Parts: sequence; structure tokens; C-alpha cells
Amino acid sequence: MARKTPGINTGSMADISFLLLTFFLLTSSINTEQGIPRRLPPPAKDSVTVPENERNVLNVVVNFKNEISVNGNIIEITQLKDKTKEFLENPYDIPNLPEKVTKTIDLIGDYRVSKGIISLKNDQSTSYNIYVSVQNELEKAINELRDKVATQYFGKKYELLDTTMQSAIKKAIPMQVSESKPMDWNKTTE
Amino acid sequence: MARFRKDEKKEVPEINTGSMSDIIFMFLFFFMVITNMRESNVKVKLTPPAATEVQKLEKKTLVENIYIGAPTSNKENTLPPGKVSVQLNDQTIKAEDLKNSIRDFVIEAKAARDEVDKNKLTFSLKVDKEVQMRYVNIIKEELRANNALKINYATSKKVDIPK
Repeated sequence: MARKTPGINTGSMADISFLLLTFFLLTSSINTEQGIPRRLPPPAKDSVTVPENERNVLNVVVNFKNEISVNGNIIEITQLKDKTKEFLENPYDIPNLPEKVTKTIDLIGDYRVSKGIISLKNDQSTSYNIYVSVQNELEKAINELRDKVATQYFGKKYELLDTTMQSAIKKAIPMQVSESKPMDWNKTTE
Repeated sequence: MARFRKDEKKEVPEINTGSMSDIIFMFLFFFMVITNMRESNVKVKLTPPAATEVQKLEKKTLVENIYIGAPTSNKENTLPPGKVSVQLNDQTIKAEDLKNSIRDFVIEAKAARDEVDKNKLTFSLKVDKEVQMRYVNIIKEELRANNALKINYATSKKVDIPK
């Protein structure tokens, strides 16, 4: 005679899974990894500096007082983006702004690529916050220029393009930031 | 109209809660999939700076974190003059072991990845915004010496308000 199995009470099951749910909610983090990506220059025994034509270099210096100067003039951080854009774009071929070389790029054709290099120098006492905001402004300048070229050639914003088009734009507007050895205003300060 | 008589006391039927647990389980799985456990407890005070031009890192498994900031307790190792700690994996490193620690950290991180992924390995610098650049520069110099060139300055996202 087969005995009837009594029904298992599943009422508390929901409670148990609720507990598990709250546990996972508390111990986990949803925040994604984000930030400003950069590449460091490859290690070299002695740094060989190629002498650059003065007009091709934009000297951005952040000093120990967290002041930003571009080519020797102290500016506000809000001005940095426009200065960088003006430097890299040089729309009227002004002789003291960077020269351009005509390169043939796939999908775009002949494009006059700027030879401009941004040289970034900071002090050891510079705060990380300012450093990141300077990097951010430079990135913003590049992104805006790339957006402009992207709309001109492909009719879309840079980030909406596919990878082949993006790499073409990257060749047209290269991001050339070199970081020179930091200065040390005062070794003893913290 | 006898049909609409209301005095026939009807009982409210019980709500079936059997499927409740299934729904909760689905929630649970959803959260388990989209989140990740905090692998290491951070031993430094960390408020990342905000930036507008942030990019998301593609794969979390290809990211190694380096934390730099003021230590949360007195027991942690600090770099001279004693106000800033650097944390790799689960522990803050000693000033005299700095070079070796970073070298081992990079070697271990590379050894744990496939051949294909080694070049995609990103070192994310999670630095407190109050930290002076000298500490960041030391770490960057060491990473560079160990051929770990792909780095990321971890920031929080700030929305740019158009004028």
C-alpha cells in the first residue's frame, strides 16, 4: 500500500530566497570600472628626446600651487580645452601654431594631420585631482575635434562609428601627449 | 432579485504564494549575474576625482587595481613621510619593498592571464583626489619599468552642464 507523501510546505521558501537576495544586494557592487585610459611610454634605458620644432609643442605645466600654465601663461582650467583645440586645429595655418603633414588615410583620403604634441609636466606636489582634470580637458579637446571630423566625413559622432572608421579618425586626429619628468618644488612638503 | 443577493457570505480565496519563491529566485539570479563580489577590502580612504570624459573598461577580468590613498588605520604600511599608503591585492606595501612588490604584482597578474589577454591587461590606478602626484609618479614609473603600459585613472562620472 503506497503511502501518500504529504505536501512539503513551501511557504518559507520565499523568506529564504529573500534573505539570499538581500545578502547579495549588500555584498555586491554594481559600479562599473571606468576612468581615463592612458598608455605609458615603453621603458627605455635613457630617454631619447627628439628635438621638436618649438611651434609643434604645447607646453602644459601644472605647478605646486595647482596653477595651470600653457606656454608660460597662467590660465584657468576652463580655458585649457579651447587652447588645446586651437593648437591642434590651427585652422588658418598661423606660423606659430603646429605645422601639418598631408597623409592619405583610408576612408578619408588626403588629410592634413597636425604635428602638434602636447607636453604635460607636473610638480610632485600637484594634487591628483587637478592632474586628472587636466587630462580630462585634454581628452575633451581631442574628443571634440574627432567628433567634428567624424561629422564632416561620416555624418555621425565619433563614438557612434564602427571601429574601422574610428581608427581612420584616430589617424587624422592623433592624441599625442608626452609627459616629461615631474619637477619638485619642495621635497619636504606633504 | 434573488440573483444579486449579498447575504451569502463568501470567503475570500487564499492567495497562492507558491510562485512567489520562483519570482524571488529570479531576482536573486538577476542580481548575482549583474553584480560582482567585492574581491578585496580597500584599506585606504578613496574618493576618486570626477571627470566628464570617462570610458568604461571593457572586461573586468582584465583589470588589476592599485589603490593609493590615506590609510584607514595606523597599522597599515605607508610610504614616507607616512601619510599615504599603496595597496596591491589585499595589503598595503612597505616602502622598502615597493619595487619588488610592484614587480611581483605585475608578474603575477600577467601569469594569471592567457597569452592573448596579456597585452590587454589594464592597471587601474584608484587614487584618492587629495593625493599628491609624487606617489602616483612613483607607481607609474615602476609600472613602466615592468612593461605594464596600459593604465587607467579611475574616476567617477561627472555630467557636464552645457552653458
